Amino acid sequence: MRDIIIIGSGPAGFTAAIYAARAELKPLLIASSVEIGGELMNTTEVENFPGFPDGIMGPDLMGKMQAQAERFGTEVVYDDVVELDVDGPVKRVKLGNGGEHEAKAIIFATGSAYRKLGLPEEERLSGYGLSWCATCDGFFFREKTIAVVGGGDSAMEEATFLTRFADKVYVIHRRDELKASKIMQKRAFDNPKIEFVWNAEVTAIHGETQVNGVSLRDTVTGEVHGLDLDGLFVAIGNDPRTHLVHGKLDLTSEGTIAVQGRSSRTSVPGVFAAGDVIDPTYRQAVTAAGSGTVAALDAEHYLAALDDTDEEPAAAEAEAIRVDEAVAADLARVD
Amino acid sequence: MTARAVTEATFDQEVLQNDRAVLVDFWAEWCGPCRAVSPILDQIATEHSEKLDIVKLNVDENPGLAMKYQITAIPAMKVFKGGEVVHTVIGAKPKPALEADLAEFIG
Repeated sequence: MRDIIIIGSGPAGFTAAIYAARAELKPLLIASSVEIGGELMNTTEVENFPGFPDGIMGPDLMGKMQAQAERFGTEVVYDDVVELDVDGPVKRVKLGNGGEHEAKAIIFATGSAYRKLGLPEEERLSGYGLSWCATCDGFFFREKTIAVVGGGDSAMEEATFLTRFADKVYVIHRRDELKASKIMQKRAFDNPKIEFVWNAEVTAIHGETQVNGVSLRDTVTGEVHGLDLDGLFVAIGNDPRTHLVHGKLDLTSEGTIAVQGRSSRTSVPGVFAAGDVIDPTYRQAVTAAGSGTVAALDAEHYLAALDDTDEEPAAAEAEAIRVDEAVAADLARVD
Repeated sequence: MTARAVTEATFDQEVLQNDRAVLVDFWAEWCGPCRAVSPILDQIATEHSEKLDIVKLNVDENPGLAMKYQITAIPAMKVFKGGEVVHTVIGAKPKPALEADLAEFIG
């Protein structure tokens, strides 16, 4: 049995692995089979990760994180977790290839998945002009007219990126102002190929074999009108990926995994969570990395307490809580 | 076994004139999900080499074919039989899901 298994290979998972590996816990990191590296793998330039003043490509950053985790002894498995058993002191992880692994502690860092529009034609047209990945599919929309749905940083980044290929990029947003950071907004506003469609909601996507337009409802007047398009890119946010732990770990009302205070401790002793899967608010590469650090340190304390007491994990958990209270007291003094 | 590359020059002979079913993986270097699914396709190619031929087509280097087959998202995996597309799978998927999608050709 291992000390620790980390599920997820984004900034949270790999940062947790760096810390756990340096603590000589020989972590096993389950990276998934087709989403290795997480969300940053589908981005281009990352300009807000400290330490890279000239920016770094998302996939390069993830490659570096993985190399750093492996340098200290992290073992990476390219498979998907299909089942998770977290009851009791021995946690069990079942993989898509049928393999099984056991550990005393789990760090759950599965991130989030692209949110869908929730329209019946979405499935059918997905990959036929409807896309969630501008860096993958933008290439095919040279000299075309396309739209991005969304008002956050990802939507602005996608729209700006897509102007490399498309003649015209509409940004369709439900409100009359953006959630995106000022610098991303300005870039989009300054781009002559980008036109904003404010207060608009996509109510239908048209096209038999290929997207050829959408219906938009004005969120103020309720009026519906059509817009001809060759492609539609969706960037309306993400939902925490928690399906493996439904009914096993407590969730918050926002759907993220509930953790105690500023810690990574979930409702089950020995199970820690980090990154976007616990964060409905900030969701940055650097906050996810920080969160992965917290989880590795919490797990390390938990394992140390297990060894110290050599008792049931309940005792170890009580010990971990005592440690946390001491930390909280320290923080209170600092404040 | 690594799935071999085909180009616009070899497509006719390797794919359209092929007596067997051929899966063409339309991919590009800059596509993360394409790089993720590539080793999975290599495995499937090895395990089912007697049933399904698997080849790769780089859309950057062969834009004419990408356009001809109306590719607008990659990875796009198209199965050809007798020169016609008989099945399409779009997007990277875990191996079991991909095998299920391709069951009629590798089962």
